[in-house]
Parts: sequence; structure tokens; C-alpha cells
Amino acid sequence: MSTVQTGALPESFEPADLEPPSKQQKLKKSTGEAAGALQSRWASLVAVLIAVLWTTPTLGLLVTSFRSQRDINRSGWWTALTDPGGFTLENYRQALEPGSSASLSQYFINTIVITVPAVLLPLFLASLAAYAFAWMPFPGRNALFVAVFALQIVPLQIALIPLLDIYVNKLGFGASYWSVWLSHTIFALPLATFLIHNFMRELPAELMEAARVDGAGHVTIFFKILLPLLTPALAAFGIFQFLWVWNDLLVSLVFLGGTPDVAPITVRVAELSGSRGSAWYLLSAGAFISMIVPVAVFLALQRFFVRGLLAGGLKG
Amino acid sequence: MAHKSQRRSAMLLSSLVAVSLGVAACGSSEDGGDGADAGASGDAKTKIDCAPYEAFGDIKGKTVTVYTSITAPEDEPHIKSYQPFIDCTGAEIKYEGSKEFEAQLPVRVKGGNAPDIAYLPQPGLLKTMVATGKVIEAPPEVAANVDKNMPDWKEYGTVDGKFYGAALGANVKSFVWYSPAAFEEKGYEIPKTWDDLLTLSDKIAADDPDSKPWCAGIESGDATGWPATDWVEDVMLRTAGPEVYDKWTNHEIPFNDPAVATALAEVGKILKNDKFVNGGQGDVKTIASTSFQDAGLPVLDNGGCYLHRQASFYAANWPEGTKVAEDGDVWAFYLPAKDETTKPVLGGGEFVAAFADRPEVKAFQTYLSSVEWANERATTCGTGGCVTANKNADPELLKNPVDKLSAQILTDESATFRFDASDLMPGAVGSGTFWKGMTNWITGQDDKATLDYIENSWPKS
Repeated sequence: MSTVQTGALPESFEPADLEPPSKQQKLKKSTGEAAGALQSRWASLVAVLIAVLWTTPTLGLLVTSFRSQRDINRSGWWTALTDPGGFTLENYRQALEPGSSASLSQYFINTIVITVPAVLLPLFLASLAAYAFAWMPFPGRNALFVAVFALQIVPLQIALIPLLDIYVNKLGFGASYWSVWLSHTIFALPLATFLIHNFMRELPAELMEAARVDGAGHVTIFFKILLPLLTPALAAFGIFQFLWVWNDLLVSLVFLGGTPDVAPITVRVAELSGSRGSAWYLLSAGAFISMIVPVAVFLALQRFFVRGLLAGGLKG
Repeated sequence: MAHKSQRRSAMLLSSLVAVSLGVAACGSSEDGGDGADAGASGDAKTKIDCAPYEAFGDIKGKTVTVYTSITAPEDEPHIKSYQPFIDCTGAEIKYEGSKEFEAQLPVRVKGGNAPDIAYLPQPGLLKTMVATGKVIEAPPEVAANVDKNMPDWKEYGTVDGKFYGAALGANVKSFVWYSPAAFEEKGYEIPKTWDDLLTLSDKIAADDPDSKPWCAGIESGDATGWPATDWVEDVMLRTAGPEVYDKWTNHEIPFNDPAVATALAEVGKILKNDKFVNGGQGDVKTIASTSFQDAGLPVLDNGGCYLHRQASFYAANWPEGTKVAEDGDVWAFYLPAKDETTKPVLGGGEFVAAFADRPEVKAFQTYLSSVEWANERATTCGTGGCVTANKNADPELLKNPVDKLSAQILTDESATFRFDASDLMPGAVGSGTFWKGMTNWITGQDDKATLDYIENSWPKS
């Protein structure tokens, strides 16, 4: 992991070299302060404690997923730690077993088909919107931005039935991937616009002015100058959105339904336990199977995640 | 028997005729090679008389979507049981099962994305759906089938005098699960009356101080409390009789009527008796925190508990490898009535509701209410739970012993069937305060306060 990180560092720092020295120093200074705060012994202890507390249930789930049905029903997962030997892969075998009409890989592919456009679409639209809000003066800009920001408070649940009605009766694409792609995009846009806008505002105005003097229009500035600089912010939000869409059950159930040709993996995991919940011992294994990809994505992109979050928070 | 085989050969003959007609029809409408192919495969597969479905016109290639709460692995036998209909008509059935069915169905119906057919597990839900105005009345063919095959169930599928849904699957709730081996070892007899049952419980409690006679659990997520309502309904049928039970269901007597109080007190003799419960778990209060799926498992442990009252569908809950049979690891007996002369049976089932007015949907509805479907369901049955409401179905086709027992009880002439009351009551009570009230009752609330609470929550109108 660490070798990959150091190897990739210079390349991803490249855009930052464009920034004027003052900015660079400020960044370094605040990073130093943050590092100092983290080096306090008590803070570390608390951090470790919190980490352990938060990881324990996941560990329990992992241990449970390797225990037999009888053991799960009869004793807690911690008893397996003192008395190992009863571990089995049976739960995974059953969870991976093809369902009545489709194998698990079908659901995996469905999830990927849903997730990729549902991440790229809001990212692209939101960065365009954020550019307009950040660098294109137009009347009512601030009011509009506040309105977009305020949309984050609206819970998506209230939009489910009206949206479904529009998809089915007005647009006529009913239970197709378009309805989930559009829904996820709609629900993600306010937060995405806000985050990317904040990041974009921090870029020095001189950069844009210089480009304009050289004859660049909005399109050139956006694609040639801003987009490369935005990478950490886009990656940070991309992970957010990816995790959200990957783990989503509600939006898919409402707009897509649960037929095996379109349903994502979450639908399959939710149904693992059977009509009356009698096979709930399979859920722990199912959860880990569906978790693999998000965990891999997060581990691979986590440096962007942290940097993107920090970068968005440094105002001034 | 002779009569039956005669009927069967007649059926075979008519299906042969139908198949040959079908081949002829195929040959004329399609190019030669294709038609011959379809005929050959149809010959081997088609087992039923296709005539009733031909009346709906040519529905070849049309799709019917089915939305249900029955998910894998129980969905597979369901899908298989549609095959004769598919062979007959060439229509396609698109099955979708979801555990979020009850929450999602209203959303889809309101959003204009209703399935063609939904299997509603409660008559109360049928009423709610009919109130949306989107449910289509059942065609006359279905009504005729229901009159012939399941007359007792017709009223449950009727809302405001209009018949909407034929019953599909059925289950029996008046069962007590026990371990035949444990009973034999201790020399216990299957009780014949309610008093026998209480005497047996006393005897078990006295014989084996380390365990309890009964085990129970009512935890079930959002629906916590429902197994306890089944207890009250079952006992109500026994102490007050079916007529009073109907009045209670329709709120012609209040929920805190003395008859209900008697039934609840009788349930309390078992469920609130620390000597009787809760085997394998702890004291009375653990009933509220034990999930209904796990509650009966101590029956398998030697001396965990001896008796567990739960519906026929509990058969699917025993761990893999458990032999569910009279001579197996676990078996069920009929929850005895007051005396041996009456035999009230509490049960439940699903209803077929249609949201589309197309011929293929009507043809499929007709198929689902036919004897042919019920028999096909029994023969393609996987792990059990394939009893249908159809009393003309051949019970010998059922393979699972619990299914056989359920079918026997359901078709027994002396038995009086009543639908689960909480499924018939208005949603606010039947899947609301009745569940909550019973949960509070288990955790300490007294009988009167519980019944008053539920009575006060009954919707006024």
C-alpha cells in the first residue's frame, strides 16, 4: 500500500505546483498544525479507542460469517474466539450459490452498471454547475447557490412517488436503468455542487485571469485548467457517491424493482434470509461479499479522500 | 379410487386433444419447422386442459408481471408451477419476489408502476389496495373457479360486495411443534383437549425441573408481537367459538369484551406462567426479545423445551438436516380444542389481486384458481409450504409431511376454518396496536389495560 502511495505522490502533486508560493506555504503550515495535534498522546489513545469500538461490530460480523448456523443461533460470536475450530465456509457457499433465477455475478454486474453512470453523471454536471457558481458572475447567483445548498435538507424519500410517476407516466421509461441513474444524479447534485464549488472558489483568480488574457474561453478554462486541478475534490466526492450508490437498496427497489435482470447486489443480500427470515445466518456472509468492492475502492482512493476533504475545508 | 383414475384418464384424453389442436394452430400460424418443434416439446410437457385459457384469445408472447413477498428459495417452486400455463398459452410470466413487498407495493401502485398481479398476504391489505381504486375485479372465470374450489375463502377476497382476489396458498396456524423422541422417552401422550394440554404442561414442569414445557418468541422486527396475536386468536376460537370470533373480528363486540378477556386469561395461563415458559431462553419477559425464528429451536435440544405453538410454515425454520416427520426429530400436533367434538382451525393465506385489465392477466388469474394449478404446485413443491386453499386439489400429491397434515386439517369436514383475525382487522389494529398491546402484555401489562388499549385504538367510523 505504502509503496503505491509514494510512487504516485509526485504525479498527483503536480497541479499544486501551479499554485503561487503563498498558498503552498499556507497548506504546509496547516498540515503541520494538524499533524502536531494528532501527535498528542491522549488524542492518539482516544483515536485508538474509538477505532476499536467502531471496528468491534464488524469483527463480530466477520467471525459470525464463518460460524455454522447452529452456533450462530446458540451462542455469541465472541465464544468462537476462545473455542476456535468450529469455523466453516458453508455460509459463503450458500450465499454465493446461484439464486433460483440468476447467479450472484449477475447481480454484481447489475450493481456496476448502475453505479458507474450514477457516479460519473453527477460528478460531471456538478463540476459544470460549480464552475458557473464560482467563476461566472450572473444575476441572482448567490440566491441560486443558497437554494441549491438548501436542497440538501430535503429528504429524498419525499420525492420517490412523484419521481416514479414522472418516469413511468410522463417519460415512459419505467423500470429501466435510466430511472436509477437519473434519480441518483438528482439526489447527489446539491451536495456535489456545494463541495466542488467550495474547492473551486479557493483556486487563485489570477489563474483564470491569465488564461482569459491568453484568449481562453469558459470551456477551455474549465477543461484545460480547472478539471486537472479538481482531481482530489472529484475523487473525494466520487468515493462518497460510489459508496452511497453501491450500498443503496431503497432507490433501486422503488425505481428498478427486484427482478434478477436489473436488481443490484443489495437486493439479493436483503433477500438472502428467505421469505420469513429463517436463513438470517447467511446475512453476515452476504454482507461481506457485497462489501468487498467498496472496501477495495476506498482503500485504493483513500488518499484522495482525505486530501479532498482537507482541501475543501481550508478557507481563507 | 377407481373414480379418480377415471377422471384422470379423461383429463389426459382432453389434454391430448388440446395438444393436437395446439399443434394444428401452431402449424397454421407459424412456419413449419418452428411449429413442429413447439408441438414436440408441448407433447411432453403439457399436462393440463388448455381450453379455459384459449377462451382469452391469443396471448402468445404476452407478459404478465407477478409481484410477491415470496423470495428465494421458496420462489422457485412457485415459478415452476406456472409451466403448464406457459406451455398452454405461450405467455410469459415475470416473477419478482421482495421482502419489502408490503412497503413497496403501495409505492408502486401510487407511482403508476403497479405489477399486473400481486399476491397479498392479508385481506386487510387487499382492502387498502382496493381503496386506491387500482385493483381490477376478478373475471367471472375466476369467480366460478373459486365457487367450485374454495367457497369458504371467497368472502376474504371480497371487498364491499365485489369479488377481487382468489385465495392462493394456505397455511394452518393451529399447530404445536414437539419432539416425538422426547415425548416417547417420557411417555407423554398427544393431548386431545385443551385441559389435557394444561395437565401435560403441569406434568412436564413437575417431571423436569431443569427445563420448561413451552418456548415462545414474538420478536419479528417491525412486526414484533404477531405470534402472540395468533395465540389469542387460536384460544379465542376455542373458548368463545367461531361465531363470537367473527363478531370480534368485525368489531361487533368490543375488543375488551369479557369473551376476549377469558381467552387472554387462558393464554396467560401458559405464556405468563414462569413455570411454563420460556424454555431454553429464560423467564416470561424473554418471549418479547426472542425472535420467532429462533423461539422453537430449543425443542430440538434435549430438555430445552417440549412444546412450541407456531404455524405450519415454521417447518422451514428448523436447521438444515432436521427431519420433520411423525417419526423424525420434530413434528406437530393440532392445538386441541375444548373438547373432541369441535375442531376450530386458525389459518392464513395469500390472495391474488390484479392491477391490469388485459386478457393474459385474466387467463393467468384463472389458472391460479384452478385445480390444475393447485396440483402442479403440489407436484413441483420444493421444501414444503405448498398447501393451497383449493379443496379439490389432490392431497396425495403433497410430498412434505407437514403439508399433508395441513391439507388434511383444512379439508376435514368437521373442522371449522377461520382466517387469522389480525389480518382481517383494520391495519391500525391488526398490524399495529394488537401487536404492540400483546408485546406490552408479555412484558408486564395486565389483561385489562391491554384490552382497553387495543379497544381504544380501533378506528372510529
